[in-house]
Amino acid sequence: MTIDPGNGAVMLAAIFLILNAGLSLALQLGFVRSMFVAALRMTVQLALVGLVLEVVLTSASAWLTFGVMGFMAAVAGYEIMARQERRFAGLWGYGLGATTMLLGSAIVTVFALTIQIGPDPWYAPRYAIPLFGMMLGNAMTGVALGLNALTGEVTARRRGIEAHLLTGATRWQAMTPAMRRAATAGMVPVINAMTATGVVSLPGMMTGQILAGADPTQAVRYQLMVMFLIAGATGLGLIVAVMGGVIRLTDNRHRIRLDRLRGS
Amino acid sequence: MAQKNGLEIRHLTSAIIDVADIAVRPGVPVALVGRSGSGKSSLMRAIVDLDRNEGEVLLHGVSRSGMSAPLWRRTVVYIPAEPGWWGERVGDHLAGPDSTETRAALGLDHIPPDQPIDRLSTGERQRLALALGFARQPEALLLDEPTAALDETSRDLVEALLDPMIAAGLVLMMATHDPEQARRLGLQKLEITGGRIRGTP
Repeated sequence: MTIDPGNGAVMLAAIFLILNAGLSLALQLGFVRSMFVAALRMTVQLALVGLVLEVVLTSASAWLTFGVMGFMAAVAGYEIMARQERRFAGLWGYGLGATTMLLGSAIVTVFALTIQIGPDPWYAPRYAIPLFGMMLGNAMTGVALGLNALTGEVTARRRGIEAHLLTGATRWQAMTPAMRRAATAGMVPVINAMTATGVVSLPGMMTGQILAGADPTQAVRYQLMVMFLIAGATGLGLIVAVMGGVIRLTDNRHRIRLDRLRGS
Repeated sequence: MAQKNGLEIRHLTSAIIDVADIAVRPGVPVALVGRSGSGKSSLMRAIVDLDRNEGEVLLHGVSRSGMSAPLWRRTVVYIPAEPGWWGERVGDHLAGPDSTETRAALGLDHIPPDQPIDRLSTGERQRLALALGFARQPEALLLDEPTAALDETSRDLVEALLDPMIAAGLVLMMATHDPEQARRLGLQKLEITGGRIRGTP
């Protein structure tokens, strides 16, 4: 029932990249180089991941599984930091985003593995790694957008927040509008994805499952579960990240502490 | 009940200022004078604990260190030269004590609550900030060039509101560039240079 695309078929799909490159050159759109670099990176990265997954899946070693997941989380944490226009100084620059993303992803992944899916052992890499990866990827985006919005808001609206503090507002009261904007910014991708799913787009995971021969109803059930889990992991990581950000951007004398951002 | 000693700064240092032994007594208002950048605003911000600072500040014998920052800022009210706004509309800022009277006294009663803040003139925003601050009936008031953005008529309205408050024992420190205003309000001069104060009252 499943049709396995051979290496030749995969290469053939790349023909459209060459067509795009030709058009880009003719119209001087200037994305040839970056497109080919990205395509090459993807090919190398996925080939490597395929190899690693094969080793991890066959070994079924707990150490290897958690090692791979730890590496994924470390890279995603770095990505959050790299996406910040204004990052926190010191350990917080990496720590806040990485920990909160990991917190949301780990809680939701463990929940799904132990209660919903129930493989044996619960951390069986075939389930744990892809699931954790999806949680991580979405929580990473949410936390990065949320923290970026928070530090941007507080920097831009400092005078207004201080005016509120001057009336005797607590730091939580004064930071509420900034927190709301940050939380919204972080949740928008997930909310948009849930809104458009099934109407505008078929999710990649579900499409992949159907192409690989799964029953569409089963694929839909999996997708629904994964989307709920993603929204949960993103929301959890994001909320804790924004709260942590507020705590770091203020102090117990209810002052704004932009000096705790790098380069200010 | 503590004695009405007014605002006493035993010592106060921040990145910008370093002052000691200043007292502003009730009913004996002080004009904080000095060139731009001399630390007038920084001193006021440090007193209300808005910037990081070290030191001991008391109001009527009660140290701010024993008080939460929100409570301290409700007791010692600071109104910056360029007031800030956390909401988009005038009405978003009216949740505090009723300011109907002080807004009317400063000629703002025609402005509806749904008016966006950024549609007010600079002078209207300044007067609104003052009206909201006065309505809180502070025991101590720190005003940072409160009438710099105002025409003479509005300036007179502000001074007419301040006069009875001073007479009633308000602790007032006011940064001003206007010697005439200092004379009209009977302010004692306190000069700040390079973040330091000479000639303590």
